[in-house]
Amino acid sequence: MSFSVSNRGDVCIVEVEGQLIVGNRQELKQKILDELEKGTRKVLVDFARTGYIDSSGLGVLVSLAKKMREMGGDLRLANLNDDLQTLFELTKLDTLFQISETRERALENF
Amino acid sequence: MTTRLTPVEQRQLDVRIPSDVQYIESIVEQVVLRCAARSFPRRHLALNIPVALTEALSNAILRGNHDDTTRSVHVRADVDSSRLVLEVRDEGTGFDLDACTEDPTTPENLLREDGRGLFLMRRLMDHVERFTDGGNVVRLTLRRA
Repeated sequence: MSFSVSNRGDVCIVEVEGQLIVGNRQELKQKILDELEKGTRKVLVDFARTGYIDSSGLGVLVSLAKKMREMGGDLRLANLNDDLQTLFELTKLDTLFQISETRERALENF
Repeated sequence: MTTRLTPVEQRQLDVRIPSDVQYIESIVEQVVLRCAARSFPRRHLALNIPVALTEALSNAILRGNHDDTTRSVHVRADVDSSRLVLEVRDEGTGFDLDACTEDPTTPENLLREDGRGLFLMRRLMDHVERFTDGGNVVRLTLRRA
């Protein structure tokens, strides 16, 4: 598992490679909190290269989304495969996040 | 180097791991490999098994054994062409499965960071049981669709 961070305009893009689970969720959280500290208010998490996500991973995304909204920002998601989409639908988190099919589509109206 | 599994190993996995979440991915990988060899559907291999087993293991490590690496978690998997049975045993005192399973999709729970693990386990497996047998055991059963 690894995370890569890049910027497109004022949007910080975090790509999750591998699993987002209990053993590494804090690393993702810290990376995004560091970006918030630097003043970033728009974060896009790209799951194109993600395997699976467990409840801890989902919980971190919820926690970060709440924090970002409190700070006047937004956290959005892109590139969920069918299995990840199902996971978000099962937990109704698809109603909480703005989810785009592709990174480009997410960036178009961010 | 590829290690060839014996016929029994192709069907069963029986391992003890320390209570450390870093072991989870390796266990999941070994179970998924065995299920792939039995032609379980792709969705089971990519979603149902990894997520449900990760939840069972993390519950055992973090809640059952309180993240105490001197305690171990015993994992057994038995797979054939019709179903997968997983047993995850920790050294805790157990819990009431029904009482502890919350619905994370309600408006009051949707924004909570926790509370989705047992719910996902039960939605992704055909059968989930919790019982005491030389430790606290969670048994997950998934029929090959």
